[in-house]
Amino acid sequence: MNDKLYKILLLATALAMPIVCGGVVYALVTDAYEAFEHFGFFNFLTSSEWSYTEGAEQYGALPFITGTLTTTLLALLFCIPFSLPVALFVGEYFKDTKAASVLGAATDLLAGIPSIIYGLWGFYTLRPLLMALNISPQGSGILTASLVLAIMIVPYAASLSAEFIKMVPSDLKESAYSLGATRAEVIRTVVFPVAGPGIFTSYILAAGRALGETMTVTMLIGNTNTIPHTITSTGNSMASIIANQFGEADDLRLSSLIAIGLILFLMTACINLIGKIMIKNARIE
Amino acid sequence: MRKIISSVMTLTVAFAMVACGGNVNNGERKAQQLSGAGATFPLPFYNVVFEQFGQVNGDQVAYGGIGSGGGVRNLCDKIVDFAGSDAFLSDKEMAEMDSVIHVPTCMGAVVVAYNLDGVNELKLSGEVIASIFAGEIKMWNDERLAALNPSVQLPEEAIIPVYRSDGSGTTFVFTDYLAKASPMWASQYGAGKSVNFPTGQAAKGNPGVATVIRQTKNAIGYVGSEYAFAQNIPYARVENQRGEFVLPSAATISAAASGEIPADTRCSITHSDAAGAYPISTFTWMIVYKEQNYSGRTKEQAAATLDLLRYILSDEAQRITSEVHYAPLPAKAKELSMQNLKAVTYDGAPILQ
Repeated sequence: MNDKLYKILLLATALAMPIVCGGVVYALVTDAYEAFEHFGFFNFLTSSEWSYTEGAEQYGALPFITGTLTTTLLALLFCIPFSLPVALFVGEYFKDTKAASVLGAATDLLAGIPSIIYGLWGFYTLRPLLMALNISPQGSGILTASLVLAIMIVPYAASLSAEFIKMVPSDLKESAYSLGATRAEVIRTVVFPVAGPGIFTSYILAAGRALGETMTVTMLIGNTNTIPHTITSTGNSMASIIANQFGEADDLRLSSLIAIGLILFLMTACINLIGKIMIKNARIE
Repeated sequence: MRKIISSVMTLTVAFAMVACGGNVNNGERKAQQLSGAGATFPLPFYNVVFEQFGQVNGDQVAYGGIGSGGGVRNLCDKIVDFAGSDAFLSDKEMAEMDSVIHVPTCMGAVVVAYNLDGVNELKLSGEVIASIFAGEIKMWNDERLAALNPSVQLPEEAIIPVYRSDGSGTTFVFTDYLAKASPMWASQYGAGKSVNFPTGQAAKGNPGVATVIRQTKNAIGYVGSEYAFAQNIPYARVENQRGEFVLPSAATISAAASGEIPADTRCSITHSDAAGAYPISTFTWMIVYKEQNYSGRTKEQAAATLDLLRYILSDEAQRITSEVHYAPLPAKAKELSMQNLKAVTYDGAPILQ
């Protein structure tokens, strides 16, 4: 009797998630349909015009797709020098020591800080600093947003990479040592080749996190609806244009924003799917 | 067990309602819960007024600051008692919904705030502001700016315009003024809650724009007066139609409405030709349905809605406006609104006698 109850309960909860997910996709597609129908799917993706002029409204997603992709890529690039050393420290050099667990825990704590706090820090500390250093006259922009995003995704990239580095079999490493390899050589010739796919996967998953980040980016990116020309210029990401304009949007603009939401949903889903598949293949036997 | 808990809770709620709703309106009706949504611009004023109204009348008012557009949409969907809006509905919008009336609640303005080292007095004209936001005037030492400010040492630095990234009544009032004051602005950019600003950077909400201006040297932007007054940001004198350079204040904002007001109070008072008027001033409105019986609302709820509007128009509530950095309504606007409220009905019968 009890067993049956459990089974039904579990089946219900197991079904709930796909239903919610399907519902989200359904709602996004139906509400985005108007925009795709009006502008054409391909045209919507490639048009860089975002113009409110009444009667001649033109909405295209390209500036925001560009903004999202550039901030994510730059964030990944900036996060490597922070996350890879942490991963090596925790997973190889000081593996299973107290120092490693303290550092690991501290990095993981970064993941628990609400994004608004990162946004405020970026706004009140990093932005004036970039202006004072004359890197960017207006402070806000792709660069500012990417730098803060980089710090935000460090914990995701670092802790997962550390796990893969830990998994490198010791007999492989010991054989290298027995041949007279130094520690640096072992890392270069054994650890990286073996754990490489896993490390790569952890960055892919970190990118998935950076893609949808909203609050921080909205505060720092400058919110201009144009394609950024340099890394210090202002722009807008897919998540931040939605956050900015959803409140007052209606009709075609609302539909266009939902269409951007749908594209972002698909992009994030793809990245996560690729990550999941790669993680399966990256398992070290 | 669950039954006991729920009945205890019902009792508690009932007692609480009796306790705070005791003897309202001379016992004529029970305390009501009203809900509204819309403009964020008058939110600080509404917060104070709704609380005072609750103390006087026992009715509770919940107001969601979701933006003028959202408020009007909620009213269209008939899920609120009133909508707050910084922009009056156009004839086209009015035609698409059941008939409504506009009640102005207070006045405010949009100030042009700036961040310039060593400059604490700046005069601007509508043409010049439009040229700055259109990207035609790029440098602070441009001769058009220097001509307006002969005694000010303007730096040789690039101007960084800051505008709103979200759709906003503040943007509407600002661009409505620019479109009236500058033919160039009217033809190229026009007025609206969202406008295609060609240059500068954008931030979310008045706090966002104000903080960016304060942090960024050589920036200029537009901010709601209620926010700018409370925050002490330097802002410019703006030239009105009579050629006076006016600093925004409760008096100069009210002066902008001293001219003619149409009977339904739907009018833009930017670029006013009244003497001493600050030219980027505006009313903010509450919008209610003329026929109050919708979505199963009770007659008492309709009466409470009207009580609220009458309270806001009262001298007592209007005195609060300047305390929270708005400007009071001129007598004419109050008179017209009281007249308009008499047309509000429940099941076809007027509510106010």
